[in-house]
Amino acid sequence: MENLVNIFIRSTFIDNMIFAYFLGMCSYLAVSKTVKTSLGLGVAVAFVLLVTVPVNYAINAYLLSPGALAWLFEGGAAVDLGYLSFIIFIAVVAAVVQLLEMIVEKYTPALYNQLGIFLPLIAVNCAIMGASLFMQERAYASLAEATSFALGSGAGWLLAIAGVAAIREKLAYSNIPAPLRGAGITFILTGLMAISFMSFLGISI
Amino acid sequence: MNILSSKSRQLLLGPFNKNNAILVQILGICSALAVTAKMEPALVMGVSVTAVTALSSVILSSLRDAIPTRVRIIVQLVVVSTLVIIIDQLLKAFAYDVSKQLSVFVGLIITNCIIMGRVEAFALANKPWPSLLDGAGNGVGYAFILLLVAFFRELLGSGTLFGVPVIPGALYRWGYANNGLMILPPMALILVGVIIWIHRARNKELIEQ
Repeated sequence: MENLVNIFIRSTFIDNMIFAYFLGMCSYLAVSKTVKTSLGLGVAVAFVLLVTVPVNYAINAYLLSPGALAWLFEGGAAVDLGYLSFIIFIAVVAAVVQLLEMIVEKYTPALYNQLGIFLPLIAVNCAIMGASLFMQERAYASLAEATSFALGSGAGWLLAIAGVAAIREKLAYSNIPAPLRGAGITFILTGLMAISFMSFLGISI
Repeated sequence: MNILSSKSRQLLLGPFNKNNAILVQILGICSALAVTAKMEPALVMGVSVTAVTALSSVILSSLRDAIPTRVRIIVQLVVVSTLVIIIDQLLKAFAYDVSKQLSVFVGLIITNCIIMGRVEAFALANKPWPSLLDGAGNGVGYAFILLLVAFFRELLGSGTLFGVPVIPGALYRWGYANNGLMILPPMALILVGVIIWIHRARNKELIEQ
């Protein structure tokens, strides 16, 4: 249990998807203009992460990793389908996003209109694919650990985009040099937030 | 030097300045910044992305009449991820150290917005040859920014370029020290912010309101 909490805290604050690995920057920069929209996108990303990472974990553990096919047929232990992981992971992500899009469109049309183009873009959001790849690379020991990692990453992403959106709302009233407006200042802002997040380094329970 | 018509040259060279994917369209940042602490991984990443962008543009442009619009995203993803798998296997075979350094970021080329962006915006509506130029141009424009960021981060952070020490030893004896902050992730963001600032100050029409 302690281990799970640690993984959650680590992936939320220390290995934050945006501040430590720059994952999901495209939609992050484009959507973080108002807090409301970015909360919507953040929740959508967190939800997709929570679904895709455990599914990909199971696929990786029982189908793709070296020797994983041993349960299926005799001689399966000799098969290594690891090289297929990219294509399988992205297919799972695309399918889940499609599903989420249909659900959001049916139950919360207002949110759907607001997120507009960015919902389908979640499929190519690096944070989603990145989480699955990190899950594979760090070789989490159990499904619970992978789920905890997914929850933490989603929470961290949500925290980052909501925080930056709040600052950008205030920035609208400040006098920024013209060439720096928009993208430029957001990058520098994110850099400064990343520095402050580095103070979480090394915490554990 | 008139091998390329002026339109082709525009397609190939435009991304270096007014149409740069990273600086102007703010695409492809995701996998860009994490590999720029050193020049070598940045170069390998730039070359890989250029190859994938150019090849996927050509393949999807040749297939554009055969792909139903409704399923085009999934077709694009399949083509791009197949290319990335090939790149990944090649890197593992011929440049294992760099492949280890790039870790998950090779896989993340699949979700690089530049690739999908060029395919959606250009390749699906144009013939294969212009698509190849457009893809290659955007890939090289991306690689250029990666190398620019990596140049400053490696020079100021480690005092080396491509792993070769370039800061004279005498400077260190006089008290010069490498700036460890440059190696850390936040500085990549701030550097890109500053590059955008300079770029927009020189191209006034790009300034956001």
